Amino acid sequence: MAQRILVGTRKGTFLVEKEGSRWRARLAGHAGVGVSFAARDPNTGRIWALLGHGHWGAKLSCSDDGGTTWADAPAQIRYPDGARYIGQEMYEDAGSEFGVGWKISTRPATLLKLWVIAFGAPNRVYVGTIPGGLFESTDGGASFELNRPLWNHESRGGDLFSGEGVGETKWFGTPASEGEFAPGIHSIVVDPRNPKRVLVAVSSAGVIETTDGGKSWHSRNKGMVLDHQPDPNAEWGHDPHYIEQCPTQPEHIWQQNHVGIFYSNDGAATWIRVGKPDEGVHFGFPITVDEQDGRTAWVVPGHSDQRRMTVDGSLYVARTTDGGQSWERLRTGLPQEGAHDVVYRHALSSRAGTVAFGSTTGNLYVSEDRGSSWQTVGNNLPPIYSVRFA
Amino acid sequence: MAKVELTRHLYAFFPDLQGRSIEIQGATVAEVVAGLETLAPGIGFYVCDERGRLRQHVNIFIGNDRIRDRGRLSDPVAADDKIFILQSLSGG
Repeated sequence: MAQRILVGTRKGTFLVEKEGSRWRARLAGHAGVGVSFAARDPNTGRIWALLGHGHWGAKLSCSDDGGTTWADAPAQIRYPDGARYIGQEMYEDAGSEFGVGWKISTRPATLLKLWVIAFGAPNRVYVGTIPGGLFESTDGGASFELNRPLWNHESRGGDLFSGEGVGETKWFGTPASEGEFAPGIHSIVVDPRNPKRVLVAVSSAGVIETTDGGKSWHSRNKGMVLDHQPDPNAEWGHDPHYIEQCPTQPEHIWQQNHVGIFYSNDGAATWIRVGKPDEGVHFGFPITVDEQDGRTAWVVPGHSDQRRMTVDGSLYVARTTDGGQSWERLRTGLPQEGAHDVVYRHALSSRAGTVAFGSTTGNLYVSEDRGSSWQTVGNNLPPIYSVRFA
Repeated sequence: MAKVELTRHLYAFFPDLQGRSIEIQGATVAEVVAGLETLAPGIGFYVCDERGRLRQHVNIFIGNDRIRDRGRLSDPVAADDKIFILQSLSGG
């Protein structure tokens, strides 16, 4: 059974460990600093924390002693010279008959946020950033390089290093960015059978796959639909909130999207929408899939896009064991009145039947029976950004 | 050499600088920040972004005057200047 959980919060990294029958959280590092994600590299045991210092920028921090001591990583994420992206913004324009203008501009990239870290084959480390960068390391994190084929992808305007590209991007932006409205990579899935096959998910563009180790990238949005654009079947403009792959059945991939829950049993070649809006299983941010059974997944639903909070003040987790055909709402041990928790995309995780999640209201819950019942770990943590088994 | 004083926030990340008298040779603010980076590797990326611009919520003063060039940090520095690297107050 999983015994250790890393929690990234707005005010530091916490370690949650089981002591006797109780799970207890303690501050492990980065007191007062925003930690957007914390995870352990299974190849090396190194723990990584993705920091957002605010004044001082985003930094990679790591610990080689299980979270006792931390240091800035020797290699920090930096966009290379000449990295540009296309942004869009509305601005005040007194000279316009409308009073505002709409500007599309090509701008130099600087790091706004480190959003997710993932691990592949030994020494392979991936970091997803805002604005929309995938940084790769082939030396265990001693150095990182921007994946240029994805950065230069035709869907975001082509190669802006060497020219002006096509002048149009189909990648939009996320309010999760810090500073400006820019797209972000929040999900990185490395196929355990074939490390050259990697899926990333982007708010708000869609799911993109490489099968040649990052040399070329292709959209994997077939079957996904858009409720917020005139053409519901457009190739781009999708808003996956998070995707996760079953490690032992990698063809099974789950996605919590802005417009519902999607499931693929063919490795993201096609998606089907499997939520149950009438049963309160539809909108949300996180999703996690069982390690052994690719048809079993959990979500923490919110009310709706318009009302991003619990349904009627009661907190529940929804579980499917049949690929999304049916869902159970699991409430035992969770507050059923006066609870208005929001759970962010990285703040739900499962390992060996243990499931854990944390909310922006500082509540942290663990279930050791696959979500059927829940134990409260704490109610007074800082706002929780990520929950990952170590 | 210019004397450099840092906000105590930076000492939390670079404790080896705590309590030290920091004096750096440099004709411009950019050169002073480069000298500081030599003294405390990594600190330059706390003060400036990867394009060399002063981060939005960081201020540098020469004496009582806020520097003018936040993009290239070209403001001239005299040998007896005192440089302050501080965080902005960004709302209470």
